[in-house]
Parts: sequence; structure tokens; C-alpha cells
Amino acid sequence: MPNKPMLKDLMKTHGVSRRAFMKYCASLASVMALSPAMVPRIAEALENAPRTSVIWLSFQECTGCTEAITRSHAPTIEDMIFNAISLDYHHTLQAASGHAAEEAREHAMKEHWGEYLVVVDGSIPIKDPGYSTIAGISNLDMLKDTAAGAAAIVSVGTCAAYGGVGHADPNPTGAVAVSEIIKDKPIINVPGCPPIPVVMTGVLAHFLSLGIPELDELGRPKAFFGNAIHDRCYRRPFYDKGLFANGFDDEGAKEGWCLYKLGCKGPTTKAACATVKWNNGVSFPIEAGHPCLGCTEPDFWDNGGFYKPLSVPSGDYRRLGLAAVAGGAAAGVAGGLLAKATKAKAAKAHETVDAHDLEKSS
Amino acid sequence: MDCKQPNDQTSAEMADVLSFVTTGNARPLLHEIRHALDKLLAIGETTIIDLGALPFGPGDARELEDILGQGEIDATMTIMGRSHVRETGVPGVWRIDHFDEEDEVQSRFIEITFMPDILKTQREDAERGLEHLRERLAELEGNRQT
Ligand code: SF4
Repeated sequence: MPNKPMLKDLMKTHGVSRRAFMKYCASLASVMALSPAMVPRIAEALENAPRTSVIWLSFQECTGCTEAITRSHAPTIEDMIFNAISLDYHHTLQAASGHAAEEAREHAMKEHWGEYLVVVDGSIPIKDPGYSTIAGISNLDMLKDTAAGAAAIVSVGTCAAYGGVGHADPNPTGAVAVSEIIKDKPIINVPGCPPIPVVMTGVLAHFLSLGIPELDELGRPKAFFGNAIHDRCYRRPFYDKGLFANGFDDEGAKEGWCLYKLGCKGPTTKAACATVKWNNGVSFPIEAGHPCLGCTEPDFWDNGGFYKPLSVPSGDYRRLGLAAVAGGAAAGVAGGLLAKATKAKAAKAHETVDAHDLEKSS
Repeated sequence: MDCKQPNDQTSAEMADVLSFVTTGNARPLLHEIRHALDKLLAIGETTIIDLGALPFGPGDARELEDILGQGEIDATMTIMGRSHVRETGVPGVWRIDHFDEEDEVQSRFIEITFMPDILKTQREDAERGLEHLRERLAELEGNRQT
């Protein structure tokens, strides 16, 4: 891609100083949860990164992910990272539509076969492919066709990563995640409803500079999804002391106590919200007084109700929970283990247990 | 009409309560800084600690600030948003806070070093500066000839 400008040249034309670039790389390393010692390597790789062709496919989605990423920050170098990729197809953002747009996609695929990056938002309906089509092409066919020549796929948002709201019970369209269909390409899942914009650009920057990041068992970059919200939550000291808000306007809520009893899914949810935060680091749901919904986890829509404390299904799981509590584990940890172990089964017939019940039984 | 406006007194009280929330992480961090300063003096090695990488409550920030204090240098740099570089009351220990163009925190570091790199003029920038200066002079002198 010799005719595509490198980031270095883009920086020069934008009048960005080396110092500004150092600042950006330091912040990026921090956001990517990489050691500050990696900064020179990130800088070098980013500077010499050629423009990678990106094909962005939007399937059964609400456009929230695209809305989020396009509103990421004021024009900064982060913006330039976005410029440093060549967004060759994105039907929400591009001017062309219908067959002209599809031609652009086919052209980009042909020109960069084996090298381009595919970003997907939205789930894919497989019950009847006719439920969602673009220019007469079903989502299923378009995904298979486009993925064939991709270097890697980034599934942006919980719908593409795990099926999301489309996949929620009773899943009328037979919605599935990208990874259910594509088995022979590296897939990076960036879940969230939507994901934090800087996490999306951070993953793209990681791909451009250091390649595919290290992923967890759910295909998420460990750097952003390595910790539970609960581990990083500033309300955690209240949780540890058993100080819970019981309503959205009671004394506990006013004192800023833990939101566990209001249904907080922080203990079982891995995401960067508590550290990276939202809207350029202003706040995040728990800081705004709302429990975490757990939107980066598979099947979070079916996970027992947003305002119910972490649920413990009946049967074995309940026993396991009590044993863990009796063994001295904190309620949240027990709840965490349970919710994880029961992900698929928890959708139906769960019982609700709150922190007080767990305390009583310990 | 602004029903979201919190009562001033409650929000002040709340801010006060929250400002004491600690995670207990300030103390081990201060020891980490002590070790790093030891290393800087013994072998000249710089250490950078990313404050965004560990859970830190407002009370921890308060404790850190209380103990490190303010030193002799306090520099504000304008580079794609503000950056605040200051030496703490413990010479050799620096606080570096980067903000974006909307003045929101981008990243926060403690650097244990004799001189943070970001304060120095970068070679590429100096090269660009020289180029610019030459162009301006050429323009000036070109103008004079005509
Ligand atoms: S349960 Fe929720 S509000 Fe409470 S400490 Fe954990 S993450 Fe924070």
C-alpha cells in the first residue's frame, strides 16, 4: 500500500508535535493497560503503521456502537488513528448506498485480500436470512463472503460478540454471534452495549501497532476486560463493610453506598468502565448511581433482571453458593462464581438471593 | 424546572463523604515510590507508575498528595489538551497528568526520574522548528529583495 500515507506523514500534515505523540502513546498504553515501558514500542509501531483497509459490516444492530465510536473524543490523535485506517466500507457512514456501496466493498476486498480487517456490529439472524439484508444480500452471506479474505475480525458490541439483544429470549430471528459462524479467522470480541469508545479505538490501535491482543476465554482483549467492575469499583469499601443502598433515593443511596442490592452486576462483569469511565472519563453508571447491567457479558439480557440482586438459581447452584459463603468467601465472589457457572442455565427459573440472605446463611 | 439539580448542601456533604473513601492502596504505592527512588539514586534507573492501573479512591489520592506534597517545579504544557508536570515535595518524584482537549483526564503517572522526558524538547520537534525558522527567514529575505 505504498500510496497510502503512514501515520508519521499524517502527523506532520496535522502539525502534531512529537511531544503530543508521546503524550498520546503514554495515554494509550495506560488505556490498553500496558506497562509504561511499552510506550517506545507502541510509538515506533504506530508511526510506521501503513493504512490498513477496514470493512465495517453492520447487521442486526441499533447503530449505538457506531454512534459511540464516531463521538469518541474531540479531534485528537485518537481521531488520527481512525484516519490511519482506510475505512473502505461502512454503510451507515458512507455516502454511497445499494450496489455502489457493495462495489466499494468488493473492490477493497480484492485489493487487500488476506490483509484487511473486518469490523462487525450486530448479530446475524440465521432462522430466516431474509430478516436482515443489505442490497439484497443476507447478513449471513455477506459475513461469510467478506470474512474469507480477512486478516482478522473485530466483533464490536455485545450483539456481534455474543448475540446481544437479538439473541435474548425468545430470540425470534435466530440471532447468533460472529464466532458462531466464522471458525477459521482470529476474532477479537469487544463487547459492551455499546463498548467504551476509547476501548474500541484502543483495540484498533493495538491491532495496528502490536497485532492481535491477548484474549480471555470469551475472546475479549485481556487488557480491557481483565478485571471485574467490582474489583475496581470505588464503592467497593462500602460493599466490604456491608453498606448497601436499598432504594434509589434512600439514605444509603445518598451516602454513595454499594448498589449490590439494587441489582449491580459489577461482581460478574468484566469491563473497563470503573477505570476508563465514559464520556472522556467523566463518570460511569455506578458513579451516576445506577447499578451495572453487566452489558459486556454474554446473555446479560436474560441474566435475571437488571434490578434484582445477582441471582442464584435453585438446585446445585444454590448449594454451591452457600458452601462458598460458609467457607468465608464474600457474597459477591460467591455470586460471581455462580452467575458465571450458570450463564446458560440461569436464563430460566432462577431464585433471587440478596446480600442479606447470603449473610444470614453464612 | 431543573429537577436534576442536586440540593447544594447535600451534594457538598456527599462530596465530603466521598473524598474520604480509600481502597488502602496509597500506602503500598508510597513504598513502591520509595523503592524506585532508591533505584534511581543507586543505578540511575527511571521508573514510571501508571496511576490509572490501580484502584484508587479519592481518599487515597488525598493521602498521596499529603505525603508527597508540592515541590519546586510546576509546569503546564499545552499539547493536544493540557498536561500538568510537577515535581513533588520529594525531589526526583514527579506527577504527570495528561488531559484531553476538553480538559478531561486522559492518563496519570508518577515518574521517578531526574528529568521527565516529556519536558525535554524532542529532536523531531527541534528539526521541524529549524525548518520553519529557515522558511520564515527565507520569506523575509525574499520579501526584502523584491
Ligand atoms: S456490587 Fe457494584 S456498586 Fe457494589 S462494589 Fe461491586 S461493582 Fe461497586
